[in-house]
Amino acid sequence: MTLLITFIAAIIATFLWYSNEKRDTYKLGTLSLIFWGASLMWFMDFVFEYAELRADYFQQEFADILNDSILGLTVVAIGLVAWLIILLIKDPKGVLKEKFAKKQ
Amino acid sequence: MACFIVPAVEAVAVTAAYFTVKNHEKKIALPKVSESTDFSSKQVKITWSKRLGWLMSLLWGGVLLLAFEHFWHGEIAPFPPFLTAMVSPEDTAEMLHEMATVGVSMAVFVTAVWGAMCGVAQLMVKKIRKTVSSEA
Repeated sequence: MTLLITFIAAIIATFLWYSNEKRDTYKLGTLSLIFWGASLMWFMDFVFEYAELRADYFQQEFADILNDSILGLTVVAIGLVAWLIILLIKDPKGVLKEKFAKKQ
Repeated sequence: MACFIVPAVEAVAVTAAYFTVKNHEKKIALPKVSESTDFSSKQVKITWSKRLGWLMSLLWGGVLLLAFEHFWHGEIAPFPPFLTAMVSPEDTAEMLHEMATVGVSMAVFVTAVWGAMCGVAQLMVKKIRKTVSSEA
C-alpha cells in the first residue's frame, strides 16, 4: 500500500509538473522526483519481497493493510513538507526576501 | 532493515559531484539558457549540473521517505547505534546482506532510470535544435 500511495502521488505530481506553466517557479519537478525516487526504491523492495513470498505477499491482514496505508499517507505528507522547505529556501518569487527587506 | 543506506551513500557522492560540476560550469560561464527551459536558441543544452540535480532529487527524496518508513517500523532509533539491527551480530549480518542485495539494487535501479531520463531528454533537445536550425 505504501508503494501504491507513493506511486499515485508521483503520478499526480508529474501531471501537475506537465500541465502547469509555472513548473520551474514552484519546483514541481523536484516534488515529482522526490516521489519517483521513493517509488522506485520501494518497487525494488517489492520485487525482492515478492520473489521470496510469491502469492503470499498479497495475502495480508486488514490491520497490516491499514498500517501500510497510514504510513503511505504520512510519507506523502513528509514528501510535501520537504518540497515546501525547498520552495521556501529557494524563494523563487522573492516573497520572503521582500518581507524581510520591508522589516529592515 | 537498512537498505536505504546504500542509496544514501550514493546521494552524498552525487551531491559532492553536483557542487563540483556547478562550480566548474560557473567558471566556464555556460550560456544561461541551460538553467531555464528556454529552447528558443540553437545553443540549448542540458548541463551536467542539471542532470546531476535530477539524480540528487531522486536519491535524496527516496532516502528521506525510506528512512521514515524504517523509523515507522522501529528499525531506526534516535539513539546510538541508531540501527536496531546492530544490537546483535545475527541481525547485523542480515542487515548487511539486505544492504548488499536490496540496497545495491535500489541504487542501481534509480541510477538506471535517471540514465534513461537523461537519454530521452538529450534526444528531445537534439530534436528541438534541429527544428530551431531549420526554422532559422
